[in-house]
Amino acid sequence: MSDPFLLGEAITCGYGDTNILHGCTISVEKGEIAVIVGPNGAGKSTAMKAVFGLLTLREGSVRLGGQDISTLTPPDRVAAGMGFVPQTNNVFPSLTVRENLEMGAYLCPHDIEARIEQLAQLFPILQERSRQPAGELSGGQRQQVAVARAMMTQPKVLMLDEPTAGVSPILVQELFARIQEIAAAGIAVLIVEQNARQALSLADKGFVLVQGKNRFTGTGRDLLNDPDVRQSFLGGG
Amino acid sequence: MMNPPRRPSPVDSNVVDTQAVDARTGPTVRPPRRPPWRIAVGVALGVVVLALVSREGGGVNLLNALVRLANFVVIPGISYGSQLALGALGVTLIYAVMRFSDFAHGDTMAFGAMGVILVTRVLQGMGISAGPLPTALLALPFGILGAITLALVFDRTVYRFYRRQRAAPVTFVIASIGAMFVTNGLVRLIIGPGDQRFADGVRFIIRVQAFKEMTGLSEGLALRTTQAITLVVAVIVVLGLFLFLNRTSLGKAMRAYADNEDLALLSGINPERVALWTWIIAATLATIAGTLYGLDKSFKPFTYFQLLLPIFASAIVGGIGKPLGAIAGGFVVAFSEIALTYPYRRILGYLGFETDSLVQLLSTDYKFAVSFIILVVVLIWRPRGIFQGRVI
Amino acid sequence: MRRPFWLVLGMALALAAVGVLQSWNVALAILNLQLISAVMALGVNIQWGYGGLFNFGIMGFTALGGLTAVLVATPPVSEAWAAGGGGLAMAAVTMAVTAAAVWALQRLIKVKALRGPAVALVFVVGLALTRWFYSPSAAAIEAVDPSITGFLGGLGLPIIISWLAGGALAAAVAWVIGRITLGLQSDYLAIATLGISAALVAVLKNEDWLARGVKNVTTLPRPVPYEQDLHGQDWFIDLSARVDMEPSLLSGLVVKALYALLFGGVLLVLFWLAHRALHSPWGRMMRAIRDNRDAAEAMGKDVTRRHLQVFVLGSAVVGIAGAMLVTLNGQFTPASYTPFRYTFLVWVMVIVGGSGNNGGAILGGFLIWFLWVQAEVGGPWLMTTLTSGLQDDSPLRQHLLSVAPHMRQLLMGLVLLVVLRLSPRGLLPEQRGKHGPARQRIATEHS
Repeated sequence: MSDPFLLGEAITCGYGDTNILHGCTISVEKGEIAVIVGPNGAGKSTAMKAVFGLLTLREGSVRLGGQDISTLTPPDRVAAGMGFVPQTNNVFPSLTVRENLEMGAYLCPHDIEARIEQLAQLFPILQERSRQPAGELSGGQRQQVAVARAMMTQPKVLMLDEPTAGVSPILVQELFARIQEIAAAGIAVLIVEQNARQALSLADKGFVLVQGKNRFTGTGRDLLNDPDVRQSFLGGG
Repeated sequence: MMNPPRRPSPVDSNVVDTQAVDARTGPTVRPPRRPPWRIAVGVALGVVVLALVSREGGGVNLLNALVRLANFVVIPGISYGSQLALGALGVTLIYAVMRFSDFAHGDTMAFGAMGVILVTRVLQGMGISAGPLPTALLALPFGILGAITLALVFDRTVYRFYRRQRAAPVTFVIASIGAMFVTNGLVRLIIGPGDQRFADGVRFIIRVQAFKEMTGLSEGLALRTTQAITLVVAVIVVLGLFLFLNRTSLGKAMRAYADNEDLALLSGINPERVALWTWIIAATLATIAGTLYGLDKSFKPFTYFQLLLPIFASAIVGGIGKPLGAIAGGFVVAFSEIALTYPYRRILGYLGFETDSLVQLLSTDYKFAVSFIILVVVLIWRPRGIFQGRVI
Repeated sequence: MRRPFWLVLGMALALAAVGVLQSWNVALAILNLQLISAVMALGVNIQWGYGGLFNFGIMGFTALGGLTAVLVATPPVSEAWAAGGGGLAMAAVTMAVTAAAVWALQRLIKVKALRGPAVALVFVVGLALTRWFYSPSAAAIEAVDPSITGFLGGLGLPIIISWLAGGALAAAVAWVIGRITLGLQSDYLAIATLGISAALVAVLKNEDWLARGVKNVTTLPRPVPYEQDLHGQDWFIDLSARVDMEPSLLSGLVVKALYALLFGGVLLVLFWLAHRALHSPWGRMMRAIRDNRDAAEAMGKDVTRRHLQVFVLGSAVVGIAGAMLVTLNGQFTPASYTPFRYTFLVWVMVIVGGSGNNGGAILGGFLIWFLWVQAEVGGPWLMTTLTSGLQDDSPLRQHLLSVAPHMRQLLMGLVLLVVLRLSPRGLLPEQRGKHGPARQRIATEHS
């Protein structure tokens, strides 16, 4: 069996003198949604940053479509087909929604119209508010713009760092539904989520991290049904 | 210990959706209200005008007052305001993209204007002129090239190093003081510290005498060519700049970079390219502003250093990092400087208030101090300026 | 050997070389200004090095020190007091009352729509009243024997008192300015203080009744003997014969050396005080605030209050230097206060010397002043050499020779840029290590 499409293998890294991740492995296939969950401080966001190259790996490697990309800078990884939606500050607040999308397409500015139209079917807000500065949008709307901006880079992998932070519960449902549609189009989606129960319920694959190590790995359904996982991370029940 | 830094607490992640506005964009602008006293003031003003006009010879005197006001306050204010606005645009762009206040900007203006003067002299020597317009307009592109070269040399040898280190803004400011000293030294070495006049062509569009004869008023109005050129050039440049920033992909990339540096990097925007173009634009604006100021008044290296102060005031009053704010700030500062130091005795005389005092709020010697009074007032009561610029 | 030793030795040798090659008179003149510059750099270092405050208003505090020298040392002009003293006092009272009324109205009037017009009305009336008292009085004072006095005069006390008084005045003004501006962050603080200092100097230039404005006060008394008084003394003539020197030459040297002793004494005392302060718990707290303001604030330190303290202390030191400078010059010339010379040059001293390190700041003061003065001489010399191939009347040579003194601006900029690049913490960097993890504040801190 060949490698997964995106594979962060046995990653060890951290800030300063301390390591936060200890030999952690994350992977996702095309068309699949993988979710990283775990308690606070488990290294969820760190794992995502490591995979995207915002942190230097101390051990391990990151491979995309079989190619080792461990040494690429984040902008190079964007060019290689990785889209990243940071948790905060993920739009250009004084640029209009439309300009935000254009910036997403900065590296390959062809067919912008077609791409925007396609995305507008997923996120109608892009059309409705197209001339409004992104900073004036609500948290949920801004999150949609952020995802759409990342999608404009035409990624093969879309990485979302806590996309539901600051989004009202109703819109969370909506946002997850859109993300599923994105995955259905054949894109690999990797999500870090606080909201573990909801995220696992739609994930094809879940990684439960504890203290920087893989504790449980399995399909979302399996993890949700695993009594150990439920006991420790999903608040019992 | 296992917590990565800057993790939000769980409370943060439950923030409700109603928090529409990013903390950085500040409170939304409230819809304008018309408080009753404003209406009252309007009515009172109307009554005053009526009363003035209904006096004997009141209409003519009112016109005389207006002409005098236009001649000594409005026209100089517009041309000085345009010059400040162009300078402040450069400062504000550099601040927006590179996040530091460029103390060398005044001297960059002097350097660019110096290039224009030198080329003007050469052109004049060759007998080339722009007809009724100042020869300096022909020399402008050369001066701009000179200033761009200087700015890029500084960027490559000084600022780029600190940009790569992601140094603190104070380091950039101190480096810009070094650049200020060097530029100032170069200007003094090349052209000397003395006064230079380089305006040629037709001096006046409207002369005082001609205006008096034409209108029969006792007050005259003069419009100098340089004043008209200043306004025309400033309008063209500002329109061009705004088209660039809002319509071109590079301009949008610059705004994006100023907005959110990290996300700009993730979008594949090359910071070096953005920095390069920022310097090119800032140097161009500086040269144009410096040349217009020099044409309008005269060129003296030290004056340009002094201009730095009102220029900073303009950028901050308007809201630093906001191009529109820089323009508004330029006019606010220019008009305050002129209006607060102009003696209103004659104008009041026309309106029927004879008085011995000059009716001058501040002595002209305090001209440069005015911009600081405005600056300090704005910094204390509205630190983000008219247009809600960045908080430094 | 350690770096400071070599740097100090090099500086001393350079001065000695000036003494031998040019003249000891020049060397002592340079030394005196070096000592004053060092005091100024020390003051800036207290603000920037201890507190991280970006004060670009050094010029203003220097000028205030200079003003104090005039106000302390010149004899009072009683006719001027009679002519306009009362009026000016009334103007001061109306100004204070107006300010108080505006302040009170801002708080008392609850209806927003009324507040603006009411404050504006009170302000305009107050301004008009103030001017009504002020203008005739100022004119009357300035009319009193305008070629000699035309101002209120001072207290007629020994000028050396003004060194302390200058510090006190600068401190008082710094307290007011600090209260207004210290809420501002780095760049804004720099620009605001630059502006306020320009406004201060504008006042000194234009308010002739205060210190004659641009007409200058040129006859300030000295704290040391005059050369011509020395010439008359038998023991002095005796001495000059013994050291085999012209009395006129020797007297100049003696006077300058006396000044140097006074200035050196002040510098030593201030250095000792500053050193003690830096290594006291207070100094450690200051640096903690500077290095991590948020953490210090979270620990309950009153950051703004501490900042105000260093701002006042540093400005006082600069004020002392300003008074000493005017004392040395024997004249007060407001037009000579330019930001280049009195703000930015002092900043170059501190940055080049080593911010956060008092010894470094003092060394910077010595070194930069030396370069500044010598570049003025060295520039023309260099140009003469460089252009020696050209005809004497060649316009290029003429031009280059005439502008050569301005090479020093260029030199200062280059020195600053090079030091900032190669040794960002200065020639004598602050000793850290002892106080928690060393962080290169100037070069690598992320914004």
